[in-house]
Amino acid sequence: MSRHTVGIDLGTTNCALAFRDLSEGSGDVVPTPQLTAPGVVEERLLLPSFVYVVKEGEFPAGALALPWDKKIAYATGEFARGHGAKVPTRLVASAKSWLSHRSVDRSSALLPWQAPAEVERISPVEASARYLRHVVGAWKMSRKSDLDSEEIILTVPASFDAAARELTTQAAKQAGLQDVTLLEEPQAALYAWIESVGDAFRKTVKVGDVILVVDVGGGTSDFSLIAVTEQDGDLQLTRMAVGDHILLGGDNMDLTLAHHLAQGKNLDPWQFVALTYGCRQAKELLFADLKLKKAPISIPSRGSALVGGTIKLALTREDVTGVLIDGFMPEVSVTDLPRTARRTGLTQVGLPYAQDPAITRHLAAFLTRQSRIAEGKSFVHPTAILFNGGVFKARTLKERVTEVLNEWLAKDSGAPVKELEGADLDLAVARGAAYYGWVRHGHGIRIRGGTARAYYVGVEAAMPAVPGLEPPVKALCVAPFGMEEGSNADIPPQEFALVVGEPTVFRFFSSSVRREDRAGDMIDDVVRNEEFEEVAPIETTLSSKSGESGQLVPVNLQAAVTEVGTLELRCLEKGGSGRWKLELNVRGKEE
Amino acid sequence: MAWRILINAQFANEVVEGLNQAEAARTRAGLPPERVHASALTLLAAFQREGRLVDFLQQEVAGFSDEDIGAAARVVHGGCRKAFRQFFVIAPAAQENEGGPITVPSGFDAQRIRLTGNVSGQPPFKGTLKHHGWIAAEVRMPSIAETLDPRVIAPAEVELS
Repeated sequence: MSRHTVGIDLGTTNCALAFRDLSEGSGDVVPTPQLTAPGVVEERLLLPSFVYVVKEGEFPAGALALPWDKKIAYATGEFARGHGAKVPTRLVASAKSWLSHRSVDRSSALLPWQAPAEVERISPVEASARYLRHVVGAWKMSRKSDLDSEEIILTVPASFDAAARELTTQAAKQAGLQDVTLLEEPQAALYAWIESVGDAFRKTVKVGDVILVVDVGGGTSDFSLIAVTEQDGDLQLTRMAVGDHILLGGDNMDLTLAHHLAQGKNLDPWQFVALTYGCRQAKELLFADLKLKKAPISIPSRGSALVGGTIKLALTREDVTGVLIDGFMPEVSVTDLPRTARRTGLTQVGLPYAQDPAITRHLAAFLTRQSRIAEGKSFVHPTAILFNGGVFKARTLKERVTEVLNEWLAKDSGAPVKELEGADLDLAVARGAAYYGWVRHGHGIRIRGGTARAYYVGVEAAMPAVPGLEPPVKALCVAPFGMEEGSNADIPPQEFALVVGEPTVFRFFSSSVRREDRAGDMIDDVVRNEEFEEVAPIETTLSSKSGESGQLVPVNLQAAVTEVGTLELRCLEKGGSGRWKLELNVRGKEE
Repeated sequence: MAWRILINAQFANEVVEGLNQAEAARTRAGLPPERVHASALTLLAAFQREGRLVDFLQQEVAGFSDEDIGAAARVVHGGCRKAFRQFFVIAPAAQENEGGPITVPSGFDAQRIRLTGNVSGQPPFKGTLKHHGWIAAEVRMPSIAETLDPRVIAPAEVELS
């Protein structure tokens, strides 16, 4: 029996660690010692998710050593982020966004993206493993216990698909964490809120409430809907829907302000980073004091002549309102869809950043897309809203989102939402994850809901080839929406024939809105259907042990959701005992 | 303590003895001053790294406008304050309001309270709190790699193109 549950928030720009003692039921955030300068180790509550790939001889011997790893040959955390800003070709950033990027081989060493040939590259999985290894080291130091014997809850965006979840558990294994359980970040934020309000929870929410979690992190925005229901007189929470992966977050806001102020100034890259940092602080000042007209920003000189060499800028109230609030949270109608720029012939394969910065438009799209649970209304009506992410330390931004949402609700004859207040915006995910571990031991209230997607394998329709026309792809549902952890889906009646000794590849699709499909249902023409999204293909090779090479073996496909929270697909031999695991191919699809 | 040294010869001898021992310990270990005072240099390095304090102190500022000095002071204040707050938790030595009345009891802590003005008579003293003082309630200095030379406050930066 383990003594703690440990929650790890593996964030796009910051990681955090929290625990809960299982015998006492108490817990807290664990600070992470990290390199803040060569040879200097300091504690911080957050570990910036950056790896700096060190050139041999760049720093004196022993300068990178951590208390738990004296021989470490790279840097993570605050120093990696700070120094990496001056050496961008050696800086690995946003590894988590690459984990969910379908057009590249996510298991290959591709980061730092576009680094010169001599820089040793690592895979997004290895980068994530490095952050986890660091957190494990910090835990061992502060608690003097091994994480191997604790229960670990690792958070992932609700929008992570089966392949990204699989890669996250692979990173955990690479970091020596054999048993982890995955938890969706917006759920973790809600758990943290439940923990922070305690018994007041039952007074604040009531049966019939629909809680909208708006989680805007440093690099991603994530939405979830959680319903408050009742069973046998007990309150229940059911996660109803999750949004798509949107690469848009608080860092984009600071960067936009910096670009706005840098116009016409001659700043070197390091000074631009200083300006971005200055913008964040000035923005916070303006949000904290609404009477303030402008906040000064000083950008230090690169050289030692500080007085006289410092560049003076100011962020004004108009900048914040025009660029930030109206740019990122414009007052739009619920029918406005996020704009997508038309792709040109030659697009780079970099991260698929959201092309529309308007978070309110993404939110409108999410609520209208989930029309199946809208109960006859034109979009899903939330009754309560929970904010998460450092961005929302600014009251003004919370108020804007609430105003826009209430406007939509009023037009659709709905009631305004109430805000669920009281959670820690930076650390809620780690805290909530640790709390979830405690909940798994039978305390408090658990959020149910199972998988937030249905999964399908593609079956090419037999039809005569027509030049220039892609044959329609039918899809067989193998895993319905809402599968609970530790459960199997029914075996669909359709059978496939696999050739022994040859790899078989299936196209694989998911849908975050189709909740009525059962295992075995066949859907026509999914490629042109907006309710479906193609995910990494799945593949398997039947070994020759199962028969002679070239022989055809009839199989059925079956899906299972593991206790960890990942999706597993297997082939079951029809009328035999053969079973083969299907692997999600994360090496990227050919475009 | 100075008073006790003046009036108490035995105590004075103990103090001198103690100082001699400390000096001897240092010499025995053969540590150079930068090693003995490594944490002071660490603090200086952190203030330079975060808030350019050494740049600021090394510069002659007489010829610059208040505006220029003010802009630089924002860099120094913002950065050093961040580092300072990470290393120390600072609290006032006296809890009363500055400018308000304060009673100094007999047996008061002479290190935490300094008497000024008409210092005479016997405690308890009645006076006005002019400055509430500062105490480092918590000290959290970072750990520094032993292999590094603490004299390097900031390395020279060379940008390759």
